[in-house]
Amino acid sequence: MKFGILVNEGPYTHEASDTAYQFVKAALAKGHEIYRVFFYHDGVNNGTRLSVPPQDDRNVVKRWSELAAEHKLDLVLCIAAAQRRGLMDKSEAKRHGKDADNLAPGFRISGLGQLIEAGIQSDRLVVFGD
Amino acid sequence: MEEKSGGGAVKRFLYVNRKAPYGTIYALESLEVVLIGAAFEQDVSLAFMGDGVYQLTKGQDTKALEVKNFSPTFRALEDYDVTKLYVEQEALLARGLTETDLVVPVEVVSAGRLAEIMEQQDVILSF
Repeated sequence: MKFGILVNEGPYTHEASDTAYQFVKAALAKGHEIYRVFFYHDGVNNGTRLSVPPQDDRNVVKRWSELAAEHKLDLVLCIAAAQRRGLMDKSEAKRHGKDADNLAPGFRISGLGQLIEAGIQSDRLVVFGD
Repeated sequence: MEEKSGGGAVKRFLYVNRKAPYGTIYALESLEVVLIGAAFEQDVSLAFMGDGVYQLTKGQDTKALEVKNFSPTFRALEDYDVTKLYVEQEALLARGLTETDLVVPVEVVSAGRLAEIMEQQDVILSF
């Protein structure tokens, strides 16, 4: 089955991103396809490479990056939600005259259309959040 | 799923709005998805349940909160061909609201009927 995933909460405060990660990992292990993981609301905070959790805790951001590299996952942050919350790739930072960017490897920033498209293209769209 | 005249499938999208309009950003960002999604010519419905019914109430004044009152945007949904708005009857009743308190025409349905409507969807986005 082809799954689209929507993550609506940020890391650590909320378990949604952890659960989504475990779901994606389990689905891939069972031979399913992940069409896209879309991050919305505070979920965009899962895409900052500046996150430094304590060493004895899981690294939510790094875990997504590694899973993306391993399975060629498409991890997309909503651009409008990302702009509000200070998530930037190099070109966005340049466009807005900011002195830094913070997008983690394996993530990209794009529009909400990518979420709708995931809904259209996937057999199931699974929402993780409150 | 039905076929679109121009080719490609049309899916039934339901946006479920469960949260009060202010206090968290869920309601506003949900509406942003609806507006963007309208360009994809899918079969779109909106449902309002629980505190989500407050999103549609008349007379919202957000000046003191210093956030935008986005309730007028619901009146523009018609221009985007988004006309199927379902509101949970029990949620209105529990909050002392009636259909006349809302900024747009809606179809008031029981929670049971709402469950049936959900059953008919291809994609449910819950905010």
